[in-house]
Amino acid sequence: MGSSNYQPTNKAVKWFEDRLPILGLMHSTLGAGYLAPRNLNYWWNFGSLAGFMLLVQIITGVILVMHYTPHVDMAFRAVEHIMRDVNYGWLIRYTHSNGASMFFVVVYIHILRGMYFGSYKSPREVLWFLGLVIYLLMMATGFMGYVLPWGQMSFWGATVITNLFGAFDFYEGMGESILHLLWGGFAVDNPTLQRFFSLHYLLPFVIVGVVILHIWALHLPGSNNPLGIDAKGPGDKIPFHPYYTAKDLFGLSFFIVILAIFIFYMPNIMGHPDNYIEANPMLTPAHIVPEWYYLPFYTILKAVPDKLFGVIAMFASILIFFVLPWLDGSKIRSAKFRPTTAFFFWLFLLNTLYLGYLGTKLPDEIMIDMAGGIDALTMGRISSVFYFAYFIVIVPLVSRMESTKPVPTSISQSVLDANKKG
Amino acid sequence: MTTKDQVEHEEEVTRRDFLYVATGAVGAVGAASVVWPLVDQMNPSADVLALASVEVDLSTIPEGQTVKILWRGKPIFIRHRTAKEIARGIAGNNDPMVDPANDQDRAVKPQWLIMVGICTHLGCVPLENTEFQLGEHGGWYCPCHGSDYDIAGRIRKGPAPRNLDLPEYTYLTDTTVKIG
Repeated sequence: MGSSNYQPTNKAVKWFEDRLPILGLMHSTLGAGYLAPRNLNYWWNFGSLAGFMLLVQIITGVILVMHYTPHVDMAFRAVEHIMRDVNYGWLIRYTHSNGASMFFVVVYIHILRGMYFGSYKSPREVLWFLGLVIYLLMMATGFMGYVLPWGQMSFWGATVITNLFGAFDFYEGMGESILHLLWGGFAVDNPTLQRFFSLHYLLPFVIVGVVILHIWALHLPGSNNPLGIDAKGPGDKIPFHPYYTAKDLFGLSFFIVILAIFIFYMPNIMGHPDNYIEANPMLTPAHIVPEWYYLPFYTILKAVPDKLFGVIAMFASILIFFVLPWLDGSKIRSAKFRPTTAFFFWLFLLNTLYLGYLGTKLPDEIMIDMAGGIDALTMGRISSVFYFAYFIVIVPLVSRMESTKPVPTSISQSVLDANKKG
Repeated sequence: MTTKDQVEHEEEVTRRDFLYVATGAVGAVGAASVVWPLVDQMNPSADVLALASVEVDLSTIPEGQTVKILWRGKPIFIRHRTAKEIARGIAGNNDPMVDPANDQDRAVKPQWLIMVGICTHLGCVPLENTEFQLGEHGGWYCPCHGSDYDIAGRIRKGPAPRNLDLPEYTYLTDTTVKIG
C-alpha cells in the first residue's frame, strides 16, 4: 500500500483526497494503481473469494446475533426460533453455517495454491505467516461458532477440544486449573458459552485486521505468479483494475452458484444430525466428530497413543507450515519447473484428504480388508507419519536435490514463446 | 560543580541506572496487578463455587444399579456394587494397570462406588459396561476413543491416562452422602 499516483480530476474528490488520501490507498491496493503479473490463472481468484466469504460471514453473523441469546437455557431455542419464526432466518443461518464451510474450502485452496507455486518463498515469508495467522484465527472462530447452537455436537465437541488443553499437566493440578480457567466452571457450561459467544463475535474483526496486514505484505513484493519468477518490466504486468477485478468477479459468480447449491439444496450436509438435539451433559453421543475442516488434524491426534504427545503432534501439524519457507531450499518457486516436488505435493494432498476421511472413522474400523484387516488407527498412524515426513524429509531433500526444468527469463518472454509454438 | 561521587563513568552502575530499573520494576508490578483481574474473571465465579456440594440419599439405589447425578456440571456415578463385583475388583488388584490402585482405596464403603463419570482422556461420559456388553473389563466403556474401565473405575485399556476421578465425599449418616 505504498505511495499512490492517484490524481483525481473532480475538484470535490481532490479536496477530500488532500485531507484523507484513502481513495489513493484503495487505488493503489485494489484498483488500477496496483500492477499485477499478466499471467495469473484462476487459482489466483481464491484470495478475493476468501475476502468475499469473510464479508458474508460478518454480515450474516451480525444479523444472527440480533435474534440469538447466548445462554444454556435459551441458545438452542433461539436457533430454532431463527430457523422457524424469524423472516428469512433459515436463509441467513444456512448461509452462515454453509458459508463457514465454504470459507474453509476457499482458504484451503488458497493455501494449496501458495504451496504449489512457491508463494511462501522469499521475499513473501511474512505474507505467508500472516496467512497462517488468519487460518489459525479462523479455526478458533469456527470452533467457537459451532458451540453456539448448543446442540449435542456443540457441547461434546467443546468438551473434547477444551480437554486437549488439560494435557499440559506438568505439575499436580495444572491441567485442571487450565480447564477451570477456560470453562469458568467445572465443566463446559453457561460461562463457557458466553465467553465463546463474545470471542466468536470479536475474532472475525481481528481477522479483518490481519487481512489488511496480509494485503499490505502482498503489495511490497507484489503477487507471485504461476511461473514463480519475478515480474520485471512493464511488459510483465497489467493493472489490477479492470483486468483482475473483472476476472475475480467472473470467478465469484461461479462460486456463488456453488454456495447457493449448498444453501438451498443440501444445507445440512456439512453438519451433524446430533446437533439438532439439545446439549445434554449426562449423555455423550456414540460418535463425536468435529467439523470436516478439522478432521485431518483430529486423525493425527487419535494416531498418537499418549495424550500429551497426541496434542503436541496435532498442534505441530499446523505450526509446521510456519517453517516451510526454510524447509524448502529450492532456488525456483513454482512446482511447474520442479516435477518431483509437484509429484510429492499431489501425494501430500491425497494423504491429507485421506487423513480427513479417517477422522470420521472409529479407531477399530477395518479400512483395508487384507492381512487380517488393517484398522483405521493403523492407517491413521501411517498417514500421520507420511504427513510429517513430507515436511521434515521429503521437502528439504527434494527441493535441494531434484533436477529442475529450464525457467523462462521473463513472464512476457514465456507468453511470446507460447504464441510461437501455438 | 562536580563532586567526586557524581562523576559518571561508562559501564559503572549509577544512581540513574538504579532509578530506571526500580521505576521499570514498579511499573511491571502495576501492569501485572491490572492484568490479573482480567484473567481471573475467567475462573469459576462465586455462584458456581457455591453450588459445589450436593447431598444424596443412597437408600433408594438398589443393589446392582448405578445412579447418575449432576455435581458441578459433571455427571457423578453412584454404583451400588454387588458382592460379586467387589470380589472382582479386589481380584484385579495385582493386574498390570496404567494407574495402579487397590479396590479398597477406590471407595470408602466397598458397596458404594462414587466416581466422577468423565473419561480422563477427553471428557466424554463412559457408558455402563457391568455386563461386559462393550469392553472386556466389565466396568465402564468410553464410546469416544475406546477407554475401558473396570468395576472399580480403573483404566485397563485405551488412551485414558488416569482412573476415573473420585470426588471428595463424606457420609452424613449410614445412607446419606455429601459430595463436594
